[in-house]
Amino acid sequence: MILRLIERTGVFLVSLAVSSVLVFAFMAVLPGDPARVALGVNASDEAVAELRRQFGLDRPLPTQYFDWLGGLLHGDLGTSYVSKAAIGPQVFDRLQVTLWLVVAGMVIALAIAVPAGTLMAARHRKVSGLALSAVSQVGVAVPAFLAGILLIVVFAVKLGWLPANGWTPPAQDPAMFLQQLILPALALGLVQGAVLTRYVRSAVLDVLREDYLRTARAKGLRPFQALWKHGLRNAAVPVVTVLGLQLATLLIGAVVVERVFVIPGLGSLLLDGVSNRDLLLVQDVVMVLVLAVLLVNFLVDVLYVALDPRLRTA
Amino acid sequence: MKSSIYTRAVAVLASAALLAVSACSAGSSTSSGSSPGGDQNLSIGLVAEPASLDFTTTDGAAIPQALLGNVYETLVKQDDSGKIVPSLAKSWTVSPDRKTYTFDLVDNAKFTNDSQFTADDAVFSINRVKTAWTTSLKAAMDVVTQAKALSPTQLQVTLARPSNDWLFRMTTRVGAMFSQRGDAALATSPLGTGPFKFSKWNRGDSIVMVRNDSYWGSKPFFQQITLKYFKDATALNNALLTGTINVISTVQAPEALSQFTSNDKYQVIEGTTNGEVLLSFNNSLPLFKDIRTRQAIRMAIDHKALLDTCWAGRGKLIGSMVPPTDPWYEDLTGVAPYDLAKAKSLLQASGAAGKTLRLRLPTLPYATSCGQVVKSQLEQAGLKVRIDQLEFPAAWLTTVFKNADYDLSIIAHVEPRDLGAVFGNPKYYTRYDDPTLQGYLAAADSGDEAAQVDNLKKAARRLSEQAAGDWLFLLPNLMVADKDIKGLPTNAITENFDLSKLAR
Repeated sequence: MILRLIERTGVFLVSLAVSSVLVFAFMAVLPGDPARVALGVNASDEAVAELRRQFGLDRPLPTQYFDWLGGLLHGDLGTSYVSKAAIGPQVFDRLQVTLWLVVAGMVIALAIAVPAGTLMAARHRKVSGLALSAVSQVGVAVPAFLAGILLIVVFAVKLGWLPANGWTPPAQDPAMFLQQLILPALALGLVQGAVLTRYVRSAVLDVLREDYLRTARAKGLRPFQALWKHGLRNAAVPVVTVLGLQLATLLIGAVVVERVFVIPGLGSLLLDGVSNRDLLLVQDVVMVLVLAVLLVNFLVDVLYVALDPRLRTA
Repeated sequence: MKSSIYTRAVAVLASAALLAVSACSAGSSTSSGSSPGGDQNLSIGLVAEPASLDFTTTDGAAIPQALLGNVYETLVKQDDSGKIVPSLAKSWTVSPDRKTYTFDLVDNAKFTNDSQFTADDAVFSINRVKTAWTTSLKAAMDVVTQAKALSPTQLQVTLARPSNDWLFRMTTRVGAMFSQRGDAALATSPLGTGPFKFSKWNRGDSIVMVRNDSYWGSKPFFQQITLKYFKDATALNNALLTGTINVISTVQAPEALSQFTSNDKYQVIEGTTNGEVLLSFNNSLPLFKDIRTRQAIRMAIDHKALLDTCWAGRGKLIGSMVPPTDPWYEDLTGVAPYDLAKAKSLLQASGAAGKTLRLRLPTLPYATSCGQVVKSQLEQAGLKVRIDQLEFPAAWLTTVFKNADYDLSIIAHVEPRDLGAVFGNPKYYTRYDDPTLQGYLAAADSGDEAAQVDNLKKAARRLSEQAAGDWLFLLPNLMVADKDIKGLPTNAITENFDLSKLAR
């Protein structure tokens, strides 16, 4: 088990190092000069060159890369080319916003997927199971931003129940925070929930067909008891895998949903950074996202071991 | 039996969700009134958030839009009709050789760091443009040879040559007055003499300004104004519809206006801007050296139909590089009227018929939608057009603007009085080199007011007749606001959004 953990940690660190090189390389080949964007349409070549020097963009690429990496290792994300403000606090602020969205979206997705998926599996030959299955199929096909727009039209513009957009930090006004969180979290969670429901359904279906479940029934357990005691833990392994992948999708989905709901999260920071060619900021944000995805994958790997004792000896 | 447990569980979850929604809706009904934050507060929805708050080192219209006239003031400013009027300077005189300007300054203006505004601050600010500014706009101050404080309230500026344009540029951000105490961090906490104080910038969301209660002029009505930034046109509209904001500063999708015009809770304001939407020609290409090709393109475009299709008929047809609010405006739409047959024959004569042109568009709403119309109209006249989308600003700036690697492009030139900047400099991306035009521009800059108007009229006509580009239309100033908001400008012709005149 220890060996497995060491192996997973090694993979995690190597992936991180490789992605840092890739992220840096992509930024280096991106067309568009940050200095020219900052100085505007009529800037002279001399002024642009001078600003490039100030940004440190005239140094050799390896030097730029190792300076950046060194800063990251010390927790220093650098200073924005454009706003001249430290990047670290900005990323941290925006990350909190996005995490709220992702977590709330995930909770909604799970709250939908686990009961609905299990129900669909348990009743997969009945009309109600098929009907649920059809609904989830539609849910899978709807992109999160469209769900967001529809939710806004119905609940904000037509009914006036919830705000159409905006963001208030929870510490500032908890009631407003919740009101503004509901629609974007639903937009993310409903769609992810529909996807996840399909996986829960097939995982539970597989489990229902297992011999040990029939044995459990033969011992006199009711179907639900059998599923609860022997089935769910087994069904959880494939679901956790998908959940890990979906967290990454949720992070990316949040980028789009943030735009529809005008939420100042990591996604909008990233888009602004790209359009202003604030390359250092873009690099940092992408690295944070990469780190989050790799971390989730790492945790999923560890979680397997906890869920499935068979893996502990491997 | 087994199913009933699941059914019950799902029912419980569903009702919990419903409860949550209804509980929150009860809370929101109190706050979603027509005036977010009370009568003394105003919230304005805008489209482009500044990248920084320092317009001395970062270009972009969003910074002066928020700060100029509100936080920073200038010696002179433009009124709604385009005339130059006093601001921090009560009056000014021009020497007979038109090279020396003497300004009498107000004596009661104060920066929000409590230091008095004096002629020394003005000298500091003018010199600072030459020494510390990095954006290209600093060139507007090149003509100044000396700025001198004659007394705390009298400033003398000497120019190398007479220049009408210099005084006009003093109404823009280049003329902003900074405190020589220099204790403002320009990029994050700007500080000036204006009617508002910068309060807070929630990056990615909004800028908050509060009334400057020790302002020297007449004090604004609103105690606090929030400038809220939206990247998405629909989100902006929804914010007004649901009462999150009170004003939409620029309607991004004119076809969506009907939801406001049909609702008597809102007022719709429609006026003009300085934004000439230009179909630019790369005049350095051999193809465009032939005036017949250029004229043919202008005649092949049915401007009325184009405006109706791509901008819902809102906007004005201009026919040259001058908006109607400039004193030298003339309606030049008749110079190259729509004439498909003539366009075809001109293209045949110049040998351009059948050639393929690259129309390289920035990813901006008007450019992408009008680009399709231009393509189809030019193809009817016998040209082939290939559209390339370039990400705006970065990719477009490098490819089209800096390297002039394009045949045709579409961009709105929103800077005020920019005829000379766009067509007077052969190195500019239009690559238009016309000594006759340059002669008119020089004469306009150095002459008196009458000579200026006369020469700029000639310049605008020359551009139109020479078909140096094609002016698709002038962007409209389209605003929507709660019915009770007063003081919104009909025309948006300055680079600032004057918040001090707004009231309820």
